[in-house]
Amino acid sequence: MTTVISVPPSLDEASFEQVIEQLAPLPDGEKILIDARHARWASPYGLTALLCVAQARRDRLAFALPEHADTLSYWSRIGFVRHAAELYEMHGTVPRARDAHESDVLLEITPITQSDDVHGVVGRIQQKAADILHGQLNLDTAITGAFGMTLSEACQNIVEHAGRGGWVAVQKYTYTKRLGRKVVVIAVCDAGIGFRKSLESSPGHRSSDRWDDGQALEDAVLRATSRFRHGDKGRGQGLAGIRRFVSRWHGKLTVRSGTARLAIAPEWDADLPLTEGLPFFPGAQMQIVIPERLGDAPVRAGSRGASRSRLGSRP
Amino acid sequence: MSRCIDVGTVLRGTVCDLYSNLVTRPTGAAVRTAIEQQVRELAAPDVTTIDFSQVNLLDFSCADEIVAKLLLRYTADDGLRGYLTFRGLHEGHLDPIETVLERHALALVSWHEGEAELFGYVDDDERAHWEVVRAHGPIRAPAVAEVLAVSESAAHAHLVRLERRRLIMLRDEGYTVPGAVRGSS
Repeated sequence: MTTVISVPPSLDEASFEQVIEQLAPLPDGEKILIDARHARWASPYGLTALLCVAQARRDRLAFALPEHADTLSYWSRIGFVRHAAELYEMHGTVPRARDAHESDVLLEITPITQSDDVHGVVGRIQQKAADILHGQLNLDTAITGAFGMTLSEACQNIVEHAGRGGWVAVQKYTYTKRLGRKVVVIAVCDAGIGFRKSLESSPGHRSSDRWDDGQALEDAVLRATSRFRHGDKGRGQGLAGIRRFVSRWHGKLTVRSGTARLAIAPEWDADLPLTEGLPFFPGAQMQIVIPERLGDAPVRAGSRGASRSRLGSRP
Repeated sequence: MSRCIDVGTVLRGTVCDLYSNLVTRPTGAAVRTAIEQQVRELAAPDVTTIDFSQVNLLDFSCADEIVAKLLLRYTADDGLRGYLTFRGLHEGHLDPIETVLERHALALVSWHEGEAELFGYVDDDERAHWEVVRAHGPIRAPAVAEVLAVSESAAHAHLVRLERRRLIMLRDEGYTVPGAVRGSS
């Protein structure tokens, strides 16, 4: 018998939990069909996480593509169908592979398995990121470099910590439900070992009384702990940098790993800082949302002398 | 003797001739190793300047591997001889660089449009002494003490500390900022 897992019509970070809830109790070896026939919309997070579902199971799952032509066409153009066909047993009409020409897609779904992939992603996205972040989201031009840096660090987490390849996608869309503004969304998902196991592999790791996925997320994201930190003080700065980037541009960062999810939420969002006891899903799934700036674009600060410094003097 | 090393050229010559962004830790480690090799081959020049003007994007990993680890090599007791300065740093480079400097309690001297700048982990007294050296160098401790209205022993202690951190250098004529040409300020 095949168990059918329904993909919600609108698949984003929140509704993806419905997929995990259905999937988590099923033992390996169970025949599973991921049914996306009624899906109409999916965020970059939803699509990259769906690829992780296939990677998370030992057996090859079946996948039913969306029935709606526009949805299927879009999933194809953003690269989902091409990658899914390598991981799933596909059902439905698989459209011919085409490159993404969506103006709102900054980066189609791209596999990340090694450092060279990170160079490729950062190099490809820069001009389009500048056009959209500054031209359409009204953000200071300084965001472009910081955006590339954030993307690089987020992707490097996969290479250095996941233990297997993952996925990245970047897209602009209008965040109607919660914000009523345009946003750029980065999704970086993998089905690797997750934060808890990564930190446990550090030679200096000592489990506390409360050591679980939530604690591991807090250590990594809030306290810049890294499994490489033992003997190298410089490690663990990537996630701290991502957190600062998100805070500076009034964005939102969420990271899910294992059974926990951590959110750094801005004033426009009321998400819980830490959610625990979720159904287990392997690896780490990260989403970064940067909203449009309302009003005039800010003028760049001058670049002379000590004013260039962010730190000033320490006391 | 001084030497300038263009990081963009090192990146393309060492890692990949198609790259213009300094991202990922393995890239940073490869570039740093190549720079250290160049410094050693030149029998440790007095001042080595690392030029970032051809680098578009720098992430935290590369800032740590290149900037912080090179500075750590220079400030270690048995590390590289001479002084390290930077130039061509733009606004986008400063956030990751200042982050890693803070993490390692390091500071650096950067040259921008002919003027030396001090970035990183320094306290108010260190900065004040460094700025006097920048403005008046070459200068000796008694003259620095007079400018800042502090005791000679206090000025001397701060200058020795800044010299040990490779943020100023001591020459026969007195203390000066690395890379400064007499009369250039």
